[in-house]
Amino acid sequence: MSDPDLLLLARAQFGLNIGFHILFPTLTIGLAWLLLYFRLRYERTGDRQWLEIYRLWAKIFALSFAMGVVSGITMSFQFGTNWPGYMLSVGNIAGPLLTFEVLFAFFLEATFLGVMLFGMNRVSSGLHIGATAMVAIGTTLSAFWILALNSWMHTPAGFMYANGQLIAANWFDVVFNPSFPFRLSHMLVASGLTTAFAVAGLSAWRLLQAGSDRAAVRTVRTGLLIAAVLAPLQVGLGDLHGLNTLEHQPAKIAAIESLWETRSGAPLVLFAIPDEDKRENRYAIEIPRAASILLRHDPDAVVQGLNDFAPDTPPVTPVFFAFRIMVGTAFVMIVVAWAGVWTTRKGRVPPRALLWIMAGMSFSGWVATLCGWLVTEIGRQPWLATGLLRTADAVGDVPAQYLGASFVGYVFVYGVMLLAYLVVLTHMAGKGAQSDVGNMPGVPA
Amino acid sequence: MSFDLPLIFTLLMAIAILLYVLLDGFDLGIGMLMPAASRPEQELMVASIGPFWDANETWLVLGIGVLLAAFPRAHGVILGALYLPVAAMLSGLMLRGVAFEFRIKALGWHRELWNWLFWFGSFLAAFAQGWMLGRYVTGFESGFGFTVFASLCAASLCGTYVLIGASWLILKSENDLRRKSLLWARWGLLWSGLALMLVSIATPLVSSRVFERWFDFPRTFGLMLLPVAALGSWLWVWVSTGRLAHVRRSKDDWKPLAGAAVIIFIGFLGLAYSLFPYVIIDRLTIWQAAAHPTSLRIVLAGFLVVVPFLIAYTAYAHRVFGGKVREPLY
Repeated sequence: MSDPDLLLLARAQFGLNIGFHILFPTLTIGLAWLLLYFRLRYERTGDRQWLEIYRLWAKIFALSFAMGVVSGITMSFQFGTNWPGYMLSVGNIAGPLLTFEVLFAFFLEATFLGVMLFGMNRVSSGLHIGATAMVAIGTTLSAFWILALNSWMHTPAGFMYANGQLIAANWFDVVFNPSFPFRLSHMLVASGLTTAFAVAGLSAWRLLQAGSDRAAVRTVRTGLLIAAVLAPLQVGLGDLHGLNTLEHQPAKIAAIESLWETRSGAPLVLFAIPDEDKRENRYAIEIPRAASILLRHDPDAVVQGLNDFAPDTPPVTPVFFAFRIMVGTAFVMIVVAWAGVWTTRKGRVPPRALLWIMAGMSFSGWVATLCGWLVTEIGRQPWLATGLLRTADAVGDVPAQYLGASFVGYVFVYGVMLLAYLVVLTHMAGKGAQSDVGNMPGVPA
Repeated sequence: MSFDLPLIFTLLMAIAILLYVLLDGFDLGIGMLMPAASRPEQELMVASIGPFWDANETWLVLGIGVLLAAFPRAHGVILGALYLPVAAMLSGLMLRGVAFEFRIKALGWHRELWNWLFWFGSFLAAFAQGWMLGRYVTGFESGFGFTVFASLCAASLCGTYVLIGASWLILKSENDLRRKSLLWARWGLLWSGLALMLVSIATPLVSSRVFERWFDFPRTFGLMLLPVAALGSWLWVWVSTGRLAHVRRSKDDWKPLAGAAVIIFIGFLGLAYSLFPYVIIDRLTIWQAAAHPTSLRIVLAGFLVVVPFLIAYTAYAHRVFGGKVREPLY
């Protein structure tokens, strides 16, 4: 038994924390690999500009990483404070996966980050490159383990019951559960895209401020090239991920499509205002049969509607809109990335209008990632672990006023942190890479 | 052959928490000492922990991770009962962590603001941790006496962190900052000594079970070795800080840090003895709270694979950044 307000408060608080947290790993996973690329380019060419670029983005990385670390620690505690039932029922699976993330990833990235940031004049360049690579490997391993757990919650596998306790039957099946490969690749590419647009966008911002800056032209180009490759790839991966979801979590797909009743020849709803009470779409703009074609590759195929899964259906409105914002962002990304690659060919500087668009899209990766996360997590409701544990059964009995008070506290702290982060980031990016060199230890003059 | 897995994990969790207290203890202690230092000294203090604080904080995540993975039944109870101090600690750690980054990049009054938040975050986190300790060892009982006791523990832990932070600075600094650190270490020593003594007296009074464990003759005579050893190390740190103050440089700058670590270790042993085998005092033993053996085995395998590498690259990082700190981070 739990109070619905308490449940909503616990979810809102956890959602706020995890939504705030996800912003930073999304940026740092991709950025860590990009830093390795910048570092290797400097090593190979000896061109100091690559070093300046590396230095600037390493500082931005450090800042983003710190934001991710501190909000991540909060999450590790909130599993217990907000969802005690989670550990009680699926703790035998979730516990080891979370511990592995700490053991295999967190220590690696945190320890080598120190060497990467402050050790350039203390270790050989080979070791410094090695430390940079370790940080990149660490961030990616961290994504591996946390997404293994998250995927398991969506598509549980490899478990059995012993004396009423849920335990692992096969750890390989637990980790490589059905949605894991799709979710992991979708997330890693999302991280790459987020990084690409952040680097291109913030460098475009620098060009708008300074007029000319060769380093910024370089990083605009680098970001755009990465985005031009990854954005279409992401659409393809997203499609595969969706088909996998159709197989394992068809209710989520029905919510995404806002398909209220099972039918053949289901239309693709481009836009509508879902009405959850009347179970219908208002102001719908539809493409006839397109959903059947997309999902089943057959214009007459039957697609299951929400009626088939009642009463265990997710809320439709947030899933429906978040999905459309995510997909819409992806298509804008493709257009901007390709236009950008074309206009920056052979070292050209893109037109100011495009620079403004890119600067405006610096954090478009965050928008798409957050929306994708909302789709997948709200789409899993009312389950916390599909078919095994309901979210309502995992909530604790912490008094509502405690939750409320700490919620206000977190909103305040996160608001201040995010504001400061964005101010500092745009300020650093606006100053550009060159201004940094000269007064830094470890940089050969 | 079968191992007592819950016992092994109790040991692992204890080691993780002890390492956290020692390692992030000096970070938090230095954070709390910030207002006592001059502007250039503050830069050196921050530089002395710059390459380490991230990894140091990870021990807390590991400790909580082991609690969650190995003792899921206790995890929810403990964190639920400590809801508010946990939230306060997390806010403190967040402010401390980001202030660390922001203060380097900020100028003018912004920098002052982040310096202040760095101090405040460190203090809030340390105080909340001490408070949690006090609530935890008394089985989350509520009442005026217990609140006073939790405040005592909080003050005690703050003092202990100041001691270990100052000891770290003695090892890492020179000249004026080293001289100041020697003085700070003594203040921290007084604070932590007084508070540790009060806590040692109060804990058996607050909990009858703890009382019985300690005052059970003739075992008590053997147990008295712990407070005697604590007093010995306390005096050793006091004397060595006095000696170091007379010389400008010395090969013995590591001694206060080692002594402080020994004091903390002994305090930790004492607490462990009071509590064992309970993970929640008088309610839940480590065996009752433990996860299924299938889970414990896989986590243990992970530990066995990772720990040698972890030790190796942590040692490597400390070697890279060994010696006195002479310049700011950026």
